[in-house]
Amino acid sequence: MSLASACWQMLRRDLTLLARRKMDVLNPLLFGFLVALLFPLGLGPAPASLALVAPGLLWIIALLSCLWATDGVFDEDFHDGSLALILLSPQPAYFLIMARLMAHWLASGFIVALVSPVLALMLYLPSEAMGVLFLSLLLGSASLVCIGAVGAALTVNVRNGGVLLSLIVLPLYVPVIIFGSAAVQAAAQLQDSTAYLAILAAMSLLAIVLVPLAITAALRINVDAA
Amino acid sequence: MSEALLSTQNLSCERGYRTLFERLDLHIARGELLQIGGENGSGKSTLLKVLAGLSSDYSGEIFWQGQAIQSVKEQFQADLCYLGHAKGVKQGLTIAENLRWFCSLYPCDDSADAQRKVLEQLQLYRFRDHLCGQLSAGQQQRVALARLLLSKARLWILDEPFTAIDKQGVAEFEEIICQRVSEGTAVILTTHHALQLAIPHRSIVLGAKCP
Repeated sequence: MSLASACWQMLRRDLTLLARRKMDVLNPLLFGFLVALLFPLGLGPAPASLALVAPGLLWIIALLSCLWATDGVFDEDFHDGSLALILLSPQPAYFLIMARLMAHWLASGFIVALVSPVLALMLYLPSEAMGVLFLSLLLGSASLVCIGAVGAALTVNVRNGGVLLSLIVLPLYVPVIIFGSAAVQAAAQLQDSTAYLAILAAMSLLAIVLVPLAITAALRINVDAA
Repeated sequence: MSEALLSTQNLSCERGYRTLFERLDLHIARGELLQIGGENGSGKSTLLKVLAGLSSDYSGEIFWQGQAIQSVKEQFQADLCYLGHAKGVKQGLTIAENLRWFCSLYPCDDSADAQRKVLEQLQLYRFRDHLCGQLSAGQQQRVALARLLLSKARLWILDEPFTAIDKQGVAEFEEIICQRVSEGTAVILTTHHALQLAIPHRSIVLGAKCP
């Protein structure tokens, strides 16, 4: 029983669960593909006009996929009592929650970043911006998932907490989406996007370090009140 | 009298303008069993949650081995095994995976031998690679009990541990509890079932006297 093995087992547990319930992973992705299909229908299929708005659209799609995947991320643990076990464990809940988030990010934000080039092709994103899109999502999705998880922890005891979650979380997503789409926009216009990527990375690092504190506190309150 | 493991002083708790219990002084030492009775809604589960440290909505003091619980939280948690209403058994994992996860979080005897012995004792060994979601409610409760038997905790706090378990299983588990208590484990439990234990035990009843 050590902290490292506790975190590893936590990660392993969540990845096993996700591997057995593939729809939880696939649904948000499918949603992303459907939305990417709809934009050319609504905006007209002309590559030039789509390419113009593609950076923003792709980031909005990624954001909504992450938000959907994150809704209810603690629900099962809360209702089946595993959460009480996590909070009562002599291992620090901070790191266990961090491992939990890591697993969740691998199954949501990371996969969204992986498939983003395909979505980008559907929306005629200039090929020069493809790499930056992938990088910006890789860096930015960690903050999307972390911030979303705070909302999920706060609303874990709320029936139909989805709307409330969006209300809490969407304003906090604003800086991420601004810098994320700006990075891709800059790359599409053949400009340097390093600064935007650095800010995205900084926001994600900050979120990774601070968010488990907020989540642990929110979960404790909800377990207490249950 | 041996030194109390867990004790409370003046413990009171209110929920929604209703006093659940007031000025409760409890002492539980090693090798003691305390049964908490009371009607539905009398605050049994709340008391257990407060004692386990899941709820901080109370007044009064709780001591672990004579020290205020907030100051020795880590030692206390390393010595506590809590089984609540929600069992904490993951439906999507097999029995073996559930136990492996638990053993990484709590001080446990996680050798393969110990696990095998416990699972055989609880008649779960055949099912160790079955998903818990495919097991009956009683078997899932047994998985939760298997966690207790593996843990090295000196204090068990059990909320209705016999839910959904058949008569014979209850008798067997009562025997296990007796054995553990005589080895020095302290047990606090709630149950609606009349305990038939070979060892002396105390019980308190939470009454809803206040309006």
